[in-house]
Amino acid sequence: MALLALKAQLSAFVQSMFDEGLLDGQFIQIQALQDETNPNFIAEVITSFCNDAERIITELNKYMTQQNVDFSKLESCVHQLKGSSSSIGAHRLKLACADLQQAFDEKNKGGCLKALNIITREYCILGGKFETLIQLEKSILAIKSNQQQQGSYHIAKST
Amino acid sequence: MSIAADSKFHVLAVDDSLIDRKLIERLLKISSFQVTTVDSGSKALEFLGLHEDDQSNPEKPSVSPNNHQEVEVNLIITDYCMPGMSGYDLLKKIKESSSLRNIPVVIMSSENVPSRITRCLQEGAEEFFLKPVQLSDLNRLKPHMMKTKVKTQNQESNEIQLVEKSEIQSQLQQQQPQSPLSPTPPQQQQPPNNNKRKAMEEGLSPDRTRPRYNDITTVV
Repeated sequence: MALLALKAQLSAFVQSMFDEGLLDGQFIQIQALQDETNPNFIAEVITSFCNDAERIITELNKYMTQQNVDFSKLESCVHQLKGSSSSIGAHRLKLACADLQQAFDEKNKGGCLKALNIITREYCILGGKFETLIQLEKSILAIKSNQQQQGSYHIAKST
Repeated sequence: MSIAADSKFHVLAVDDSLIDRKLIERLLKISSFQVTTVDSGSKALEFLGLHEDDQSNPEKPSVSPNNHQEVEVNLIITDYCMPGMSGYDLLKKIKESSSLRNIPVVIMSSENVPSRITRCLQEGAEEFFLKPVQLSDLNRLKPHMMKTKVKTQNQESNEIQLVEKSEIQSQLQQQQPQSPLSPTPPQQQQPPNNNKRKAMEEGLSPDRTRPRYNDITTVV
């Protein structure tokens, strides 16, 4: 059955993300918040996260390459990104943010650039995987709602 | 306005992060709370019916304990770090308002800073949650809301008695034009009500000032 196969695929995919340290236990909490009343929750939250992250990383890169680096703006940006990463369970990205914060504290511009590169790279990896995850979720949801429709059609037909 | 208990408690959640708002809303709904989310402290105050320049006068009579509130809020949960008005600033404003100070406030933060936690608890926050907030954290909320609901119901019934009595008094006074009608309730009504309210507040304050480091391993 296509549904079971997809579910297994999704499960294995998420597990691989755990194994690579891309996700941590917080993601399990998020998965637990999805149910029949909120079948789209995971996809919604991931999408919000990705939009946010992309915006922040773009800003970080912009501020970092300015002549006079505004450290307070940078700090506020990375604080936000770290918070979002923590909330969604994006483990490696969260750690990368902590490294950037550390580099700020040390007022080490070279270190900051390096840490920012890592953040950008980590997000690229994570973003790609999240895209696949969302596609799997959507496919599963599509089959489920199809089945529901067919189910009610059968009921209607038999009465 | 009704004293009849609503089947669900209503929580106002304040957080500038969209993801965190989605999460806390979902967590609260799963825990069977009614939820309203706002993205800033000033929007929260707006929702609560408190305006920036509103100095709530304790002498002002009111039919309902919530002067301007359209919707009853049983608990406020707010992020600490927000641009503009921080969660701490919001907490202070709420505790300074005579109409809002009885609403329990919970602070959330991604950072485990003991001095920050102490400051919030001393200012009157009921709990301090470390982010990301878990479903189990929310189980601690109901007792705080129950306390307030009972208190509010007592206040409401007291104040209705007050208004009824003062209406009768003013009707009587109208028949004998004497001193101008004052809106404040007759003197003999106030002491019992004030004592009761004071006693309830005193009963609560030991809890508020005692620092609680719930689930927080770092204790200074």
